[in-house]
Amino acid sequence: MHAKGCSRVGLIFVIMSIIFGIGARLPVAQAGPAYDYINISDPFLKKIPIAVPVFKPMSEPSKEAETAHKAADVLSEGLEFTGYFRLIDRGAFLEKPQEKGITGADLNFDNWTDIGAELLVTGGIWVADETVRLEIRLFDTFKGELLFGKRYGGDVIDLRQMIHRFCDEMLYRLTGKQGLFNSRIVFINKHEGKSAIYICDFDGHGPRRVIEGEAITLFPSWSPEGRAIAYTSYAGGEPSIFIRELESGETRRIAYDGINITPTWLPGGGGLAATLSVSGDEEIYLLTESGKIDKKLTDSWGIDVSPTFSPDGKKMAFVSKRAGTPQIYIKDLDTGDIRRLTYEGNYNTEPEWSPEGDRIVYSGMNGGRADIFLIGTDGQGLTRLTHNAGSNESPAWSPDGTLIVFSSTRSGAAKLYVMTASGTDQRPLLDMDGEQILPDWSSAIERE
Amino acid sequence: MKFQRLRLKVGLLLLIVSFLFVASCAKHRDISTTPAEESIEAAETDRQAGEEEQEQGISEEDIAARQKAEAAAEKRRLQAEKERAAKQEFINENVYFGFDDSSLTKKARQILKEKVEWLRKHSDVEVVIEGHCDERGTKEYNMALGQRRAQSIKNFLVNAGIDAHRLETISYGEERPVDPRHNEMAWAKNRRGHFRIK
Repeated sequence: MHAKGCSRVGLIFVIMSIIFGIGARLPVAQAGPAYDYINISDPFLKKIPIAVPVFKPMSEPSKEAETAHKAADVLSEGLEFTGYFRLIDRGAFLEKPQEKGITGADLNFDNWTDIGAELLVTGGIWVADETVRLEIRLFDTFKGELLFGKRYGGDVIDLRQMIHRFCDEMLYRLTGKQGLFNSRIVFINKHEGKSAIYICDFDGHGPRRVIEGEAITLFPSWSPEGRAIAYTSYAGGEPSIFIRELESGETRRIAYDGINITPTWLPGGGGLAATLSVSGDEEIYLLTESGKIDKKLTDSWGIDVSPTFSPDGKKMAFVSKRAGTPQIYIKDLDTGDIRRLTYEGNYNTEPEWSPEGDRIVYSGMNGGRADIFLIGTDGQGLTRLTHNAGSNESPAWSPDGTLIVFSSTRSGAAKLYVMTASGTDQRPLLDMDGEQILPDWSSAIERE
Repeated sequence: MKFQRLRLKVGLLLLIVSFLFVASCAKHRDISTTPAEESIEAAETDRQAGEEEQEQGISEEDIAARQKAEAAAEKRRLQAEKERAAKQEFINENVYFGFDDSSLTKKARQILKEKVEWLRKHSDVEVVIEGHCDERGTKEYNMALGQRRAQSIKNFLVNAGIDAHRLETISYGEERPVDPRHNEMAWAKNRRGHFRIK
């Protein structure tokens, strides 16, 4: 695990140098794999102290001051959300780049190492009419070195998006993982007898309703590129699967006799798996996007439910009661071999395969309350992530595999929470009326 | 002797006359009665009603026929009542399951036997069998478990000779508890198979 981690860091820096040369437009100091920024074995326990001063207004301070503050705040919140960083309070800063200057020549790095900052992000901002330009730099304070810098331009309303582009690149350069800041979360909100499907940004920002109805609505699932959502609804009386195209609003219905539940997409697209009871028994089937049955993936009497695919699409984990209690199994789709993955406990359900492919997160129940667990796909390294805090269910991975969203009753009604993949930094994702359940995290969604 | 008999007759007649007089007096009594007298008057009225009925000369055969008709109507009423009760019982009596279990208990099978009887008698009725779970466990698995419970019930009924086409199954998982509380009693009530007439 550790050796693998080290080689990954090496790879990251190779990739980093390449991207650096092509992508960065600002003058840059030499970049090399000298600094082990993120401790791969447990990146969230020792957070990197980082300073993010207010951005420097570059042309008309009176007009730009407010946006300069906002930009730095969005950047700070975005970085803090990842769980990798500890933001140093601005009150402790010994110098003010927003007055002095934001380039390496303007900075006295001792002022930053003295307050414990290992990384420093400075920004400059130009606001004209409804447009904004940004110049953002990341420095290694101990080496007094620019790691990378970027310029962005666009409409003022897209400020958040521009800042998050920088965050995503920064994360990629430090960890080799990317996509978190372009991802979204879909979930069910149950409020006053109504079920609705909502989508919010990766950090819980801006929840918006996309589908609402009186009928029971469950199990929303993102298509691989974030184009559509599959879900189960009783809108037609029985539990059927619906596929909603988010752009056009076009909806298709898949309704075989009995239940049509837990849809999940094949990683490369081109179909989805779901549990149907059309044969009189709950089995997992592979369906085309138009809803035709392509293949039966399980064939065992009793409950088989909740499919999830390995990132390469070659294996499927699922829940089965074939051994008497609900447990997680893995099927090799090439050979057809099935092996049992979980042995601890009598109720292990809701598996989701990690984006990196090496682990599965699931909820395990004991005494009526569920907790979130992680297990290697080889059955090793079982780790419990939630403890004595209500019932914790429906875990889903962020696209970069660093965070897990789940629902919890720890403060009463079910709400959504986020934690790192190590179980640290557990916090509410958003604050909404009603019950929020069954989250699913998208991959990075390309925006126009 | 003859005179004596006559006297007796006259006396008897007088007695009857005076009795009738008293009776008619009672009949045409002033409406304003005191509370103490009301119950007496009520008893009197009842007695008179009985007399009047006899006076109308209804034969014994008619009473018997009416009693018979009344008995038949009562029987029909009771029958209908029983039917209604049986239908209510059919709908209201749930089959209960153990935790994470879709197998039928002895009690459940007894209840289902009664349901088979009812379904046999009402061969035109089509039903929906709903499978429900308690809140424990996860929504995905419970949706499948609810379906398995409904299916267990359906299988029992089909094996007992009920046409499968009359039986539809649906799972509501843990989405529709009858008791929203979070305790053993509520959970036991919520793990159920419920019948709905289509």
